[in-house]
Amino acid sequence: MAETDIQAATTAQAAICSRGVTRDFKAGQQTITVLHGIDVDIRAGELTYVVGESGSGKTTLISIMCGILWPTAGEVKVFGTDIYDLSDTELVEFRLNNIGFIFQQYNLIPSIDAANNAAVPLIAQGMDRLEAREKAVAMLEKLNIGNQAGKLPSQLSGGQQQRVAIARALVHEPRLVVCDEPTAALDAASGRKVMDLLREVAVAEDRACIIVTHDNRVFDLADRILVLEDGRITHDGSEMPEGH
Amino acid sequence: MIWIAIRMLTGDAQKFYGLVFGIAFSTLLITQQLTIFVNLIERGASGTYNVSSADVWVMDPVSRTADVNFPMPSTALDKVRGVTGVEWAVPHLRAGASVRTSEGDLEGVSVIGVDDATLIGLPKRMAQGSINVLSQPDSVIIDDVGLTRMFEDGRSPIGERLELNDQRAVIRGVADAIPSFTSQVTLYTKYSQALRYVPGTRNRLSFVLVGAEHGVSPEELTRRIEEQTGLRARTRDEFAQDGVDFIIQNTGIPLNFGITVLLGFIVGVAIVGLTFSLFIRDNIKQFGALKAIGVTNGKIRKMVAAQAGLVGLIGYGLGVLGTVFFIWGFSGNPTFKGFYIPWQIPLISMAAVFVILALTGWLALRNVLKTEPASVFR
Repeated sequence: MAETDIQAATTAQAAICSRGVTRDFKAGQQTITVLHGIDVDIRAGELTYVVGESGSGKTTLISIMCGILWPTAGEVKVFGTDIYDLSDTELVEFRLNNIGFIFQQYNLIPSIDAANNAAVPLIAQGMDRLEAREKAVAMLEKLNIGNQAGKLPSQLSGGQQQRVAIARALVHEPRLVVCDEPTAALDAASGRKVMDLLREVAVAEDRACIIVTHDNRVFDLADRILVLEDGRITHDGSEMPEGH
Repeated sequence: MIWIAIRMLTGDAQKFYGLVFGIAFSTLLITQQLTIFVNLIERGASGTYNVSSADVWVMDPVSRTADVNFPMPSTALDKVRGVTGVEWAVPHLRAGASVRTSEGDLEGVSVIGVDDATLIGLPKRMAQGSINVLSQPDSVIIDDVGLTRMFEDGRSPIGERLELNDQRAVIRGVADAIPSFTSQVTLYTKYSQALRYVPGTRNRLSFVLVGAEHGVSPEELTRRIEEQTGLRARTRDEFAQDGVDFIIQNTGIPLNFGITVLLGFIVGVAIVGLTFSLFIRDNIKQFGALKAIGVTNGKIRKMVAAQAGLVGLIGYGLGVLGTVFFIWGFSGNPTFKGFYIPWQIPLISMAAVFVILALTGWLALRNVLKTEPASVFR
């Protein structure tokens, strides 16, 4: 696609604009192509799911979209910035200031309390720790776990830990939130609550939220579902296709 | 981020204490063993240090240390006295003898004969009695090693009679002396008396102790004495160093202590390296998450450096403190009498700790830096 097309797509509310994204992995002597020239726009103001079987390439796709894995070929623009045109340091800073991450395993730091865990991006940005903690507590309160702010992750339930992870992803007000299987470790009710919460806090006109999930219990909450099969997008719609 | 790094480390109490123990143990081993080594080899110079008033020691050309000496004819004393720049010169005898105590025990002793008139050759301080007791017949002064070795039951040695090489000797004082390398009992007596105690050979003068005239340096005086007498002359400092060098060259002590110090270093590297690696491995997901969120490698390096620094600071402090307690705890034991920690040794162990932490920290950090941020999505 021509540069002008990408720019046009980016300005038309596209939070992420990926063109021709290909990713190969080496496995011994073999080269395995996990993504085959993906062209897709992720729009702001939408909750977008990336769905697919294990090995379909969905995690690779969002890793590339959020700037933590280099594509073998292709371009990715996040809010108009060609992220793989940035230097390493610029890319790290871009992630810090523009992207919030929610991991399947939460990856909270076990020895610091919920508030400090949620404050990590602000501290990494250079904010004073106490000030960052105050903001984090406010975010935890918004997520209805303000009363758990002083507890260590090990003292929290899975759902509460996930909320701390969401608070950490949102505390620095990123424009893009990337979630990897956020409901995988939760029961159905908690999973739906988390998705509702994400829609409430992470989706706005100038923000996008992209979620990789297997969890068919929450498919109905998506604005848009991308189905990936063997490294190619085979479905792009507001509902899951028949047979999935 | 430094605060987070420190909390990550201290939050894992088992590994944190493991790391601190590793560094503390390594520091203790290195500092304590080096301290003992330095103090022990300095004992090679104790014979020289105990005679603080002599500027120059004159001896037979083949003599090497205060204890390894070849007797000279008594005329050597007159030769030395004839050298310009010599203010005074006195005879000094050092020889081995056997003692039978009143209980019938046998003890090998070192007999030191000091100048009859000036008593130059005695240690500077007395622990019991006065140096004037040597004017009494058959008098000897025992050193404090002898006090603990021959009078373990705590009774006073003063007035105690000894059979010294078949001669009568009476202890009338206790000298506060630096023990010899072998911690052998030392008996001080007048030179004339010492000649009686030590089995007779034609030449029995071990050393001539010399004081330099005002304005003549000991180095200049040694040069003049050697030129004019053909004897070997050493300044006090040179002769002290000769004693130290003799031990270094003729015993396995440097090698043995060197091995222990090396082991301390290796144990430190092993314990700290292993524990640090385990700590990093356990937290690799968290580090990966931090990298994904946007923490730069530079900040990660600082975090690991802060963790290593904290462990190093506490461990090193405990290790040095342990050495201080060790030296203090054994200060009453004559074997450790006068032991001190030279200021260079804590610096050496600090450098060793730095190398251990830099090495292990670098190895651990490599894993963190190699971790792709994308790994947190796997």
